[in-house]
Amino acid sequence: MSNLLNVSPSPHAHGKETTRKLMTGVIIALVPALLASLFYFGYGAIIVTVTSVASCLLFEYLIQRFIIKKPITITDGSALVTGLLLAFNVPSNLPVFIVVIGAFVSIAVAKMTFGGLGNNPFNPALVGRVFMLISFPVQMTSWPVPGGFSTGYTDAVTGATPLALVKEGLKNGETMQQLMAQIPTPSQMFLGNMGGSLGEVAAVALLIGFVYLLVRKIITWHIPVSIIGSMVVFTAILWLINPEKNADPMFHVLAGGVLLGAIFMATDYVTSPMNPKAMIIYGCSIGILTVVIRVWGAYPEGVSFAILIMNAFVPLMNAYIKPKRFGEVIKNG
Amino acid sequence: MKTFPTGGVHPPENKLTSNCPIQVLPIPQSVAIPVSQHIGSPANIIVNKGDSVKTGQVIAESKGFVSACIHSSVSGKVNKIDTVIDSTGYRQTAVFIDVEGDEWVDTIDRTDEIVTEIKLSSEEIIKRCLQSGIVGMGGATFPSHVKLTVPAGKKCEVLIINGVECEPYLTSDHRLMLERGEEVLIGASILMKALNVNKAMIGIENNKRDAIGHMTKLATAFKGITVHPLKVKYPQGAEKQLIKALINREVPSGRLPLDINTVVHNVGTAFAVYEAVQKNKPLFERVVTITGKTVSKPGNYFVRTGTPVSKLIEAAGGMPEDTGKIVSGGPMMGKALSSADVPVVKGTSGIILFPRSESERTESKPCIRCAKCVSACALNLEPYLLMTLSEKGLFERAEKERITDCMECGSCSFTCPAGRPLLDYIRLGKSTVIRMAREKVVKK
Amino acid sequence: MSSTIIITVVSLSLLSLFSAVILYFIAQKFKVFEDPRIDEVQAVLPAANCGGCGFAGCRNFAEALVKAETFEGLNCPVGGAEVMGQAAKILGKEALAVEPTVAVLLCNGTPEFRPHTTKYDGVPDCRIAHSLYLGETDCSFGCMGYGDCERACTFDALHMDPVTGLPVIIDDKCTSCGACVKACPRHLIELRKRARKERKLYVACSNCDKGGPARRACKVACIACSKCFKVCEFDAITIENNLAYIDATKCTFCRKCVIECPTNSILEINFPPRKPKAEAPAENATVNP
Repeated sequence: MSNLLNVSPSPHAHGKETTRKLMTGVIIALVPALLASLFYFGYGAIIVTVTSVASCLLFEYLIQRFIIKKPITITDGSALVTGLLLAFNVPSNLPVFIVVIGAFVSIAVAKMTFGGLGNNPFNPALVGRVFMLISFPVQMTSWPVPGGFSTGYTDAVTGATPLALVKEGLKNGETMQQLMAQIPTPSQMFLGNMGGSLGEVAAVALLIGFVYLLVRKIITWHIPVSIIGSMVVFTAILWLINPEKNADPMFHVLAGGVLLGAIFMATDYVTSPMNPKAMIIYGCSIGILTVVIRVWGAYPEGVSFAILIMNAFVPLMNAYIKPKRFGEVIKNG
Repeated sequence: MKTFPTGGVHPPENKLTSNCPIQVLPIPQSVAIPVSQHIGSPANIIVNKGDSVKTGQVIAESKGFVSACIHSSVSGKVNKIDTVIDSTGYRQTAVFIDVEGDEWVDTIDRTDEIVTEIKLSSEEIIKRCLQSGIVGMGGATFPSHVKLTVPAGKKCEVLIINGVECEPYLTSDHRLMLERGEEVLIGASILMKALNVNKAMIGIENNKRDAIGHMTKLATAFKGITVHPLKVKYPQGAEKQLIKALINREVPSGRLPLDINTVVHNVGTAFAVYEAVQKNKPLFERVVTITGKTVSKPGNYFVRTGTPVSKLIEAAGGMPEDTGKIVSGGPMMGKALSSADVPVVKGTSGIILFPRSESERTESKPCIRCAKCVSACALNLEPYLLMTLSEKGLFERAEKERITDCMECGSCSFTCPAGRPLLDYIRLGKSTVIRMAREKVVKK
Repeated sequence: MSSTIIITVVSLSLLSLFSAVILYFIAQKFKVFEDPRIDEVQAVLPAANCGGCGFAGCRNFAEALVKAETFEGLNCPVGGAEVMGQAAKILGKEALAVEPTVAVLLCNGTPEFRPHTTKYDGVPDCRIAHSLYLGETDCSFGCMGYGDCERACTFDALHMDPVTGLPVIIDDKCTSCGACVKACPRHLIELRKRARKERKLYVACSNCDKGGPARRACKVACIACSKCFKVCEFDAITIENNLAYIDATKCTFCRKCVIECPTNSILEINFPPRKPKAEAPAENATVNP
């Protein structure tokens, strides 16, 4: 409008990153896993993903438009990421109405009530997922058996996840050696050929996403590596103590939602700690809690619960775990 | 290759003028020389309206220990003593001189001959720096004689010469090292003598390979001076970061480099010291980079202090139509000028013209707690927290989070994907905390 | 079965009794004596906790009142004489007469008088802009218009006018708590004596520059020409730092200075219209209705 000179405080340069670009980066990193889920679960994966993403965007729009009455920010991509992650965390034959309820809980309850992006203490997608798991336990734990691109949706053949098989088997007094025959081989698990939530099965696709996130510097290595590292160490100890009753570390890392959780859920910006030291403590705690829930808890899988529990500690960690400041060393000198 | 370990960012370098030889800017018709071109108390004006002055003549004397003399950069008549808006953004007292010819003070050696032999003693060098009004040329403009005076009980072991020039766009130090490398090295030897050290390290970022090669070759003739290439990373030119990168020591919070037995001087300062000590030429001229993506003839110029920035812009082909911002200094730490009439001072390392499209800030969005500011901070502070604390007025907590350590390098604001004005608020908090601490002392 | 119930009831009762005894002794041991009059005084205070009295809140002020020998230097600007009278009655002390004051802005630099020369593109916060540079206009003393005072006001008595960019003070709501005075980084708000019919007469300028730059920056700047000083018959006007100041306690509202002022920097507010011949200069300078 005017040709007056601008005056502003330094810096006068700004980096290229924006919130939207970061969110787009996360979405790109999720694409391999999405393709893998299409390959294994077919039609169902598309229905669930589209429903979840669409309803997340819709709920965010409606709330911002009619309740908060502030500028609408659904274009920043955060609701899109929540929708995708929510879909990745449910079985591919989940009825549409449950997905919509889950999306509502994620966006309305877990995110917008706290003030929207940046203020929610718990990971919205995980809150939605756990809500659905507790409210609809039957639907949420009937996992379609993967097999090529199928057009089946609600009538898909269902089976148990490897984790549930192991949990059930060990409870019935079977040993790991006996169970090995029933669970998929590590290479099958690595490629994703097993029962499970639609986005969590293909380890290889998730790892491709992880590499992309690291290269784009969207996340740092601290949280994923510390989660997986602590899990490996902990399960290795249990396995060495009693290989009859405990699964090996490889199995624990590849089965269930560990990789999805460690790479995409625990690293959620808003609900993870703000400095490397706290990130490592947070990651290790999630890893250990996951194993505790898996081995001694009632549920076969514990990643979601572990992340949510540690989310609650994040403000505390941010307040008390401080990075070592520059120039702090020779304080007495 | 060495660098400092934590934090830092990589702004686009945009060193458009690194191949432009330093030219001499014609003397303007009139200059306005502010009497406060340095950190510390403003100098005392000793000329009156109507007085004739010569180039290099003292027009304002330093007042107190932390202060510096101001010299006339031209010869002519003092027109008036008035205020001028300078790069601090406020009106400052300045001496306005109408130029008549260019008659220098007799004692200045105006030949091109390079004088290698250092005749003055340590005390004489420091005294000469004080008389010649030498200040830190990197932009902080801290009076150099103060930094050269080692207090009793402290010892300097190594002198660090800062040739990093980590700010994007700026090339004045780069060109100075290439064209006046020998003088810079003699200046460094003078500084070594003044500080009584026998070791000096020159740190140069690796985006100036020609300067590294040139200086390494020249330095073989100088005892104790070594050249060290450094990995490119902003803010490496910050004193504390440079020390950490070169000798792996951390300056304790709230202390000075001398507390870990080192002193840092800029290459520009070394050159000014050479001229002052060997040529008896006080500081009234410096290299200024005039640049910008839309500037038709960007370049590096020797500019007399007090020259209005507009003259420099003229020399560079005039102000582009869509200029939206004029910045004095680098884009990361420089100050935006409110007009083109601001005079060039001792600390003006460059003038950057930004087109309108690059001069506006992006809208500030909610913090997504991505922690990019934490990983960008070279001092391991938590910018997001400091901003919130000072926005909410919780200055006491901000003090505990060491807000006063912040050196205002701007990495946090640069890196923030949500475009939040982190540094604006941190600077506010920092100044408030410092003021509160001062008030507390006064009360006691 | 019944024995389980009895054991439960008895053991829980014993536990609660034991806890109650401990709590009682702890409460006795750490009991702090408080003057009951503090509560009484606090009850009559406005409970705005604005800090206008110089204390953190009304409770602290009540404590100070109870402790104080006399009310010298203690005043609740919000409650005014009435509240201080009540407090004095409770404490059996004498209330001092305090003159009610109201906030006025010592700047009239609307865009019409003070053209913008740059555009500030930082956080809209006066403190940040003030520490950066002289502001969007060439006046380094005037109002920057980012509303620190508006945010500081807890009584809704101060609003930024979007057209002039200056704060407008609502006299009826202003309690002269002084929050805006502290908030303004350029010290542009003064608490002046309240006069009959909310009349005000003051130099609406804080520019300490010499006449030239001051006038170039703003058409209604005080240029310290001292014409007002010469015309004033009551010694109410002083000139210091290139700036005239009218002492509200000495001013008799004769309005001679207003006519005399060449730059219209003296504002007269809530006065009846003048007789036709002298109207011209005054009208130009009045911003408040």
